[in-house]
Amino acid sequence: MSDEPSEPIASLKKVKHIILILSGKGGVGKSSVTTQTALTLCNVGYRVGVLDIDLTGPSLPRMFGLEEQSIFQSTEGWIPVPVETNGAGSLSVISLGFLLNDRSNSVVWRGPKKTAMIKQFMVDVQWGELDYLLIDTPPGTSDEHISIAEQLRWSNPDGAIIVTTPQNVAVADVKKEINFCRKVNFNIIGVVENMSGFICPHCSDCTNIFSSGGGKELAKAYEIPYLGNIPIDPMFVEMIENQSSNQITLVEAYKKLSISSNFQQIIQKVLDKKLEPRC
Amino acid sequence: MAASSVVEEQTTKDDLILPPDYELQAPEPEHCPGPESEGAGKSDACNGCANKDICESLPKGPDPDIPLIIENLSQIQHKILVLSGKGGVGKSTFSAMLSWALSADENLQVGAMDLDICGPSLPRMLGCNKEVVHESNTGLTPVYVADNLATMSIQYLLPEDDSAIVWRGSKKNQLIKKFLKDVDWDYLDFLIVDTPPGTSDEHISINKFMKESGIDGALVVTTPQEVALLDVRKEIDFCRKAGINVLGLVENMSGFVCPSCKGESQIFRPTTGGGKAFCKELNIPFLGSVPLDPRIGKCCDSGESFLDLYPDSPATDAILDVVEALRDTIEGK
Repeated sequence: MSDEPSEPIASLKKVKHIILILSGKGGVGKSSVTTQTALTLCNVGYRVGVLDIDLTGPSLPRMFGLEEQSIFQSTEGWIPVPVETNGAGSLSVISLGFLLNDRSNSVVWRGPKKTAMIKQFMVDVQWGELDYLLIDTPPGTSDEHISIAEQLRWSNPDGAIIVTTPQNVAVADVKKEINFCRKVNFNIIGVVENMSGFICPHCSDCTNIFSSGGGKELAKAYEIPYLGNIPIDPMFVEMIENQSSNQITLVEAYKKLSISSNFQQIIQKVLDKKLEPRC
Repeated sequence: MAASSVVEEQTTKDDLILPPDYELQAPEPEHCPGPESEGAGKSDACNGCANKDICESLPKGPDPDIPLIIENLSQIQHKILVLSGKGGVGKSTFSAMLSWALSADENLQVGAMDLDICGPSLPRMLGCNKEVVHESNTGLTPVYVADNLATMSIQYLLPEDDSAIVWRGSKKNQLIKKFLKDVDWDYLDFLIVDTPPGTSDEHISINKFMKESGIDGALVVTTPQEVALLDVRKEIDFCRKAGINVLGLVENMSGFVCPSCKGESQIFRPTTGGGKAFCKELNIPFLGSVPLDPRIGKCCDSGESFLDLYPDSPATDAILDVVEALRDTIEGK
């Protein structure tokens, strides 16, 4: 197709690593995993950018407490919305959510418009120098996914983190996503199993609400790395929902949660791979 | 393999399932009026577009397939869409439950159609994901889970269980049309349509293609936390814009009772009041909340009816209450 770039994307020239967060299934926690990956990397001191290409259901503005914000336009292009990190790395976000006037407005777009929007995100956003760009995606293997694959064709992304929940119904959809990655030549960095068990706050017993082990089996069957599992932690949802009243930054608040240590191990596995920087 | 060649390869493979009506030479430009629209080939955006000639030559005016769809769906009494802007809130689970619950009455004929093309879950939940559908000259015969429960999904048309459907919207629209036009449902009391998350091609198309056949309305599924409600808000906005009647909202995964200590916790905490407050604010009927029961997920994985296996679970009661409230809304009018 003629609209595809024929060279690496200029706006991503100074981005060292590009990681996509994918899952065939909806509601497994792609945006949660994206948020936690960003916060964890910030804690290490990296400069992180987050791009939300879920156009009809953007969750990241709420995740980062940026719902009222909007994107500024400079002469060079769009400036990502910064998140206050109090010196721990840096964090900025781009999402279609910032371009909507009202949070309840629906974006009822067919494919070609979504494709054009993603292209615009690629061309117009001035990310500047970043260590990591995380791309959060909608569920499925359709317009958004084909478009981002086409756009990144020459830009050499590091690969994808695949998110699943443990039950078969979710794993079945995630298998389709893995096959998609193989077809478009996205390297798979590994699988994260989210919502794996819930620890009862009353008796500390762990219940596997969505069964368990699906992610590990999936990784084994497809011979891809298993990065680890994250239990359901209502404290995380609470932190997201109450962040406006918090006195500390999201990065600091997250550090205090018990799941942040789980997540740190997952990110450590990614860092240990020493993926070749793009620049 | 590079992205574009994948898309091309996929196109040729798909042709076995579905011949394309037309082939565009280039991606549609930003302000494309749509190849099937009245203004195709004539708008400002069309000047200089490589597709101009193709679009201009496409048939215009009312879609000739709509009368065929109306004819094919004419023996279906009630058509219900199961919607949610958010993924993973339980649209397919609830569609499956609704199908099981309605078909428990032997006098009712029930159909369940899966519009989630990239992530079909309904067949697995109904225990028929290994079934294969072949096309005959009378159309597509649905898969029967029980004598009075028929289903259709793209899953039945896939060469392998885990084949990825890497389709852009226009291709999905054609399949949806085919499902509406060519599936031989015969007489049905209820057709339940399970949808993918979002407000995009599948949603626009199902509404466009089915509107004149009469859609009773939409059952909207959510979970209690604000991040989910935020997306569901958009879906309701979509329903209003598209003129789809909202039959009501059901809140899924609300509350969890620990099997060890019977203590209750809110896993997806309703910090903004959950589904109930949301319904009040938007003035739509609240049909009830269904608590989390780990056995629901297990039953969905194994394709068994949770309602039959665990009639004593509080979740079963809650689901049956919602189904009853829904039937009252539909049949009462």
